[in-house]
Amino acid sequence: MTSEQKGFDLKHFLINYNTYFIFVLLIIISGMLSDYFFTTMNLTNIALQQAAPILVAIGMLFVILTGGIDLSVGSVMAVGATVSAMLITDLGINYIPAMILAVIVGLLFGMFTGILVAYAGIQGFVASLATMTIARGFAFVLTMGTPVKMEQGTLDNIVDRDNFFPIILATAALIVLFILVQRYTGWGRTVIAVGSNATAVQLAGIKTKRFVMSTYALSGSLAALAGVFVAARTSTGSATVGQMQELDAIAACVIGGASLAGGKGFVARAVIGALVLGLIGNVMNLMSVPSYPQDIIKGFIIIAAVLLQIVTSKKEKTV
Amino acid sequence: MQDEYNIVQMNNISKRFGGVKALTDVSLNVKKGEIHALIGENGAGKSTLMKILAGAYKRDEGEIIIDGNEAKSTSPKKMIDMGVSVIYQEFMLASDLTVAENIFIDNMAESGVFVNWKELKRKAKTQLERLGFGHINPEDTVGDLSVAYQQIVEICKCLARNSKVLVFDEPTAVLTFSETEKLLSIIRQLKAEGVSIIYISHRLEELFEICDSITVLKDGGYVDTVATSKINKDQLVSMMVGRDIEQLFPERNAEIGEEILRVENLSTSDMVKEVNFSVRKGEVVGFSGLVGAGRTETMRAIFGADKKSSGKVIYFGEEVNFKSPKDAIRNKFGLVPEDRKKQGLLLEQSIRMNTTLSAMKKVKKLDIINHKKEKAYAKELLASVSTKYGSLEDNANSLSGGNQQKIALAKWLAADCDFIVFDEPTRGVDVGAKTEIYKVINRLAEEGVGVIVIASEMPEIIGLCDRAIVMRHGSVVGEVPKEDLNEDNLIKLAMGV
Repeated sequence: MTSEQKGFDLKHFLINYNTYFIFVLLIIISGMLSDYFFTTMNLTNIALQQAAPILVAIGMLFVILTGGIDLSVGSVMAVGATVSAMLITDLGINYIPAMILAVIVGLLFGMFTGILVAYAGIQGFVASLATMTIARGFAFVLTMGTPVKMEQGTLDNIVDRDNFFPIILATAALIVLFILVQRYTGWGRTVIAVGSNATAVQLAGIKTKRFVMSTYALSGSLAALAGVFVAARTSTGSATVGQMQELDAIAACVIGGASLAGGKGFVARAVIGALVLGLIGNVMNLMSVPSYPQDIIKGFIIIAAVLLQIVTSKKEKTV
Repeated sequence: MQDEYNIVQMNNISKRFGGVKALTDVSLNVKKGEIHALIGENGAGKSTLMKILAGAYKRDEGEIIIDGNEAKSTSPKKMIDMGVSVIYQEFMLASDLTVAENIFIDNMAESGVFVNWKELKRKAKTQLERLGFGHINPEDTVGDLSVAYQQIVEICKCLARNSKVLVFDEPTAVLTFSETEKLLSIIRQLKAEGVSIIYISHRLEELFEICDSITVLKDGGYVDTVATSKINKDQLVSMMVGRDIEQLFPERNAEIGEEILRVENLSTSDMVKEVNFSVRKGEVVGFSGLVGAGRTETMRAIFGADKKSSGKVIYFGEEVNFKSPKDAIRNKFGLVPEDRKKQGLLLEQSIRMNTTLSAMKKVKKLDIINHKKEKAYAKELLASVSTKYGSLEDNANSLSGGNQQKIALAKWLAADCDFIVFDEPTRGVDVGAKTEIYKVINRLAEEGVGVIVIASEMPEIIGLCDRAIVMRHGSVVGEVPKEDLNEDNLIKLAMGV
């Protein structure tokens, strides 16, 4: 009797926490496939590389929770990267205010999409599709198509080993912050409620539009910050940064169990989702798998993760 | 002999979901050509039993025999092929397709690949005419039809499959008085044509009007099957709940005080015309009328959910103009909407989150929610309306209709309103939960809250309210004081006869 109970619990655990399960499995497999995987060098690299995708995934998650989607994040990353680089090289501004200004520009792009969605009633997909091309075009116009190279000792400070990798620390802090925001704030609660049933929330006396708008604003800000991180890592602000990143961010949320219908999803799991995608890339790079087959494998892993969740929801329904 | 022939035999059916027993040893035998009622409180197992019959759920034990053929394994397709069709409360129609396409949705291209549109329309027309609805155009889009007409399309769809057994799940819950009469006569016609009907309804009057026999379920078990002619309403209710019908409406000792809401010449651009009424402190005022009479629209306009085009609302002696539900709630004016699934609850979210949604500010500081405080508060609210639930973290849709409605009530209690409008508070709720909801309404009135109850079931208005205001076509057509409250008076006003 008791052993049966335990067996059931383990199964339940695996189904409920399949995102973490996949992640741990992937780490073990990666370690077995490549001796180089568990070196400090490689792990630091992963963390540096994944900081940007993680931030974008967190922003995307809040938009998805409302039942929306933000396709503009990849382009807004390019805006963040180019704006910060140009402020530093062309105007000679210190890298910290430059970062802040870049994030503000990202915030404005996000608010623009958010206003179109919440107040003009345009679907998130369409509104952010428009912002996506506007932001990308903006980044190209700004740089006139030429990547902006930054001098040493400016933005690269935030990827510096001697400063304990500020990017990694900042990302970790933001992850914790947004886990808490989702779990403990009225804002986080309301965003989920709006995604579940906006009419009911309105009739409960809550103005839903501003919550929808704010998620896009957050997504834009985090995307711009992610773009700054990429620029810092490469010491270059390029208008081509973040291409297809919106799809990886959506995939990260979905691998993390978020529902595109809204109302369901967790920050921590979306972060793990982003890391899963990053790890797959990393280990395949270590094994010198060319990038095209990598995409194929990635696609199948997304399908596998989502199939696992469908099994989960079926299990829940019969109880 | 022919009469004794059972077209549906469900014998000793049992079903469990995880650890929960939903049905234990339940049997249902329906004779050919009879109208057989299936009744019981919500959670009694009616829906589960019908889903098993429809093939949507698989039984754990028991046997199903349809027209002499045993259904060993079941699936929706297989049961339809065997002649069983179910008309659910929420219609299974493709609202963007036409009437004709919907009627023949599972068999559009009868032979081969291509659809013969002319033939399809002609056959659809025949089906509609058979029910006396030849005036519905087979080319109309289903989503544009009224609910009653959509139901007709749904019935035609089942008939087009040559169903021998039709299951109606609460078919009249969404219909007006005259539409209900029409539907009941269609059901009688189907019976005359030899179709067997299983009829689920909470409205006992209808059962006595059309059903031949009644099977009663309680708590997932079988109680009895009786001939309608051999039983009365009171006996039936005690079979369902084990208590008497007189106790349905509990006593209220509210002191009626000064006027707290006065509405003058309220109109909206589409529906509501020059509505006047007032409500006093501690009073429960019923709003009666047919579906579509403008009662909900009137209340939504006062509440700020819809725009007023003209008129005044005087609330506690001051003229107010609520611009949004938020504005109304800030002024302690609440509205419990009629459709809890679409407007009231977050079905996929936890009971906890649902309960505290409109009073989040009571459990948060600087936007940070105190989970411990929230849980205690949610428990207290749910207990005050005697909600039965497993865990606060369960999703709202894991509960029965009655308990879902109690969550919606609990949510509004949290808002500490001085005035509450209940729009169809007991729709789709079982008898036991109804009484508990009435108790909550009484308690509010006793505490001096002004209450409006919109109800389509007249016994509810009569049993619960201090007086009734009747609306028709967007206007108030009369007011009935407590001593004159009876179904006759209400129907006459509502229908304008």
